[in-house]
Amino acid sequence: MSDTSGKSGNFIDNLGRIYGVYTGGFIVFIILMAILEQMGVSAATIGILFVGFTIVIYAFIGYLSRTMQVEAYYVAGREVPAVYNGMATAADWMSGASFVALAGGIYFGGYGYLGFIVGWTGGYVLVNSLMAPYLRKFGCYTVPDFIGTRYGGNLARFCAVVVLVVASFTYVTAQINASGTIAARALQIPFEWGVWIGLVGILLCSMLGGMRAVTWTQVAQYIVLIIAYLVPVIWMSNAQGFGIIPHFSYGEAAARIAELEPLLGVGTAPTETFPGVSALTTLHNDPQGGWDSWKMVTLAVAMMTGTASLPHILMRYFTTPSVRDARRSVAWSLFFIFLLYFTAPALATLTKLQLLDPELATSIIGKSIEEVQSLEWIKNWASIGMVAVSDSNGDGLLQINEFFMRRDIVVLATPEVAGLPYVISGLVAAGGFAAAMSTADGLLLAIANALSHDLYYKIIDPKADTRTRLIVARILLIGIGAAGAFVASLKLTGILGAVAWAFCFANSGLFFPLVLGVWWKRANRQGAIAGMICGFAAGAIYLIYVQNGGTPILGLDGLRFGLIGMPVSLVAMVVVSLMTPEPDAETQAMVDEVRNPRGKPILDAAH
Amino acid sequence: MSGNNTEAEQRHWIRTRNLTWLVLAIWFIFSMVVPWNAKGLNEFSFLGFPLGYYMCVQGSLIVFVLLIFFQNWRQDAIDDELGLDD
Repeated sequence: MSDTSGKSGNFIDNLGRIYGVYTGGFIVFIILMAILEQMGVSAATIGILFVGFTIVIYAFIGYLSRTMQVEAYYVAGREVPAVYNGMATAADWMSGASFVALAGGIYFGGYGYLGFIVGWTGGYVLVNSLMAPYLRKFGCYTVPDFIGTRYGGNLARFCAVVVLVVASFTYVTAQINASGTIAARALQIPFEWGVWIGLVGILLCSMLGGMRAVTWTQVAQYIVLIIAYLVPVIWMSNAQGFGIIPHFSYGEAAARIAELEPLLGVGTAPTETFPGVSALTTLHNDPQGGWDSWKMVTLAVAMMTGTASLPHILMRYFTTPSVRDARRSVAWSLFFIFLLYFTAPALATLTKLQLLDPELATSIIGKSIEEVQSLEWIKNWASIGMVAVSDSNGDGLLQINEFFMRRDIVVLATPEVAGLPYVISGLVAAGGFAAAMSTADGLLLAIANALSHDLYYKIIDPKADTRTRLIVARILLIGIGAAGAFVASLKLTGILGAVAWAFCFANSGLFFPLVLGVWWKRANRQGAIAGMICGFAAGAIYLIYVQNGGTPILGLDGLRFGLIGMPVSLVAMVVVSLMTPEPDAETQAMVDEVRNPRGKPILDAAH
Repeated sequence: MSGNNTEAEQRHWIRTRNLTWLVLAIWFIFSMVVPWNAKGLNEFSFLGFPLGYYMCVQGSLIVFVLLIFFQNWRQDAIDDELGLDD
C-alpha cells in the first residue's frame, strides 16, 4: 500500500489476512502484558506499553499508506470494501464519548440518557435511506462539494464549509481532550502535555496518507477498541454468574437493582457537593411518561438527524467502490457500532450492581467508611479527584448519597472495581485512546479537506496543481490540529456537552440542504443558502441564549438546540426556494442522475 | 432534460421512494413511538427485562440493524429488476 499509484490491489486482496494477523498479534500482546504483570512489572509500565505500542502500530500503518494522489488522499482511492469501511466508520463514529462516557451516562442518567443510545444508532437508518448512496453516486470529495455542485455557486459551498468547520471543530476539541486525558493517565504526564502527545499520534495517522491512511488506521483502531470494550464486560459477567454473553441475561441484574434502589435510598439528594463528581440520584429504569418521554425522544431525534448531517461520517461513504457498496457499508457500520452500544447498558448495569448489591464482595454501599476508604481503587481515583467518599450524616457507614464519582470514569474504573488484573485496565486505556484518536482523525481530515478542496482549490485558486493542493491540505491539517489541541488544553467543556453541540450545529445547518438536494428537485441555490444560514444562525443564537441562563423553550436545552435550528432551516429553504426560479434543466437532470445507481458519478475523479 | 428519463428510471425512482417511506415508517415507530411509551411497555416483561427498558437498550437497536440490511436487500432487488444496478 505504499505504492505511488492510486490503486493498491495487492493490499486490498489481502485485507483479511493482514487484519487477521494484526488481531492475533494484538491478542498475543495482551497475553504478554498479562505475563509481565504476573512477573511483577508495575502497573504504570504496563499502561505505558499499551498506549505506546498501539500508537506505534497506527503510525506505522499511516506511514505505509502515504500518498501523493488526490483520489487516494481525499477518498482512499474509492476502493475500500464494505465490511472494512463499516469498521472504519464505526471507529470514526465511536468517539471518546461513546467509549468512555456512554456507560457512565447510563449509570447516572437512567431513562433520560437512553435517548443517546437510540439516537446514535437510529441515525444510521437516515444515513442509509436519505444520504449515503446518493452522495456516493455524486462522486464528491467532501460534503460541501455536494452542496456546491448541486446548488451551484461559491456562496452555497462556502456556507456548507462554515457549518462543517464549526460542527467538526466543536467535536474535535472534545476528542483531543479525551485522548489527552487518557494519554496523561497512562503515560503519567500532565494533562496539557497529554493533549499534545495525543495530537502527535493523531497527525501521524493522517498526515501522510489522508483518507487512505485514516481508513486503514481506523480499521485497526476499531479492532482494539471493540476488544477493549468487550473483554472486561464478559469477564465481569462471568464472575457474577451472568454467563459469557451477559447481553441477554442481565435483565435479572436490572431487576435486582430495582429491588435494591428503595432499600438503599437511591434518589435522596446528597447534603454535600464535590466539584466534578456526583452521587447517584436517578433510578436505573424509571420512565415517567409525558414530559420524560418528550425529553428522551427529542434527544434521540436531535442525535439521529445530527448523525445524518455530520460530514466526517458522510465522507466515509465516499470511499467505497460502488453505490451498492456504500449502502452495504452503512449496514456494516451500524452492526459494528451496535456491538458496543448494546454492551454499554450491560456494563452500566453490572457495574452498578457490583457497587450496590450487599451480597457481592465488591459492594461498597452500607460498608463502613474506613473500609471503603482503604480500598485500592477508591484511593487511586480519589487521589486525582475523580471519586469522593464522605460520611455526610456521621453514622460511620457509606450511604448511596455519600459516594461521589465522575461520570466519565465508570468504564475506566470498572476493571479495578471488579478486581480484574491491571492488564485489563491497560487494555481499556488503549481502547479509549483508539476511540478518541480515530474520531479526531476523521474530524480533522473533514475540516482540512473542506478547507483545502472547497475553500482553497474550488474558490481561491482553481488552477492549483495536485502537489500544491495536497501540501495545502497537510499544512491545514497540522494547523487545525494545533488549534484544536490549544482549545482542548484550556478545558472549556466536558466531553459530552461539546459532542452534543456538534450534532446540533450539523443538523441545524446541513440536514435539510443535504436531504432536499436529493429528494426535492425544486430546491434551488437561494433556498439552500437561506436554509443553511437561517438554520445555523437560529440554532447558534438559541444555544447562546440557553447557555446564558435563558429558559429553554419546550425543554429544548443546549443538548437539543438542533430542534430549533432544523425547523427554521426547513421553512427558510422551502419558502425561499418557492419564491425564486426553479433550478435549471441541467441541475434537474443532475438530480435524476444522482437517483440512478447506474452510470458514472456526477463529478469525475479529476474535479 | 428531466423529460429524458427512461420509463425504467421513473419506475425505479417510484419504487425506491416507496421503499424509503416504508423504512422511515418503521424507523419512526422504533426510534420515537416505542421509546416514548417506555413507561407503559415496562408493564410487560421480555427475557427477564421490563419491555420498555429492553427496547431502549437493545430491541430498537436490533431493529435498526435488521432494517438497514432489509432495505439494502430490497433496494438491490429493485435495482437489478430494472437493470439499474451499478
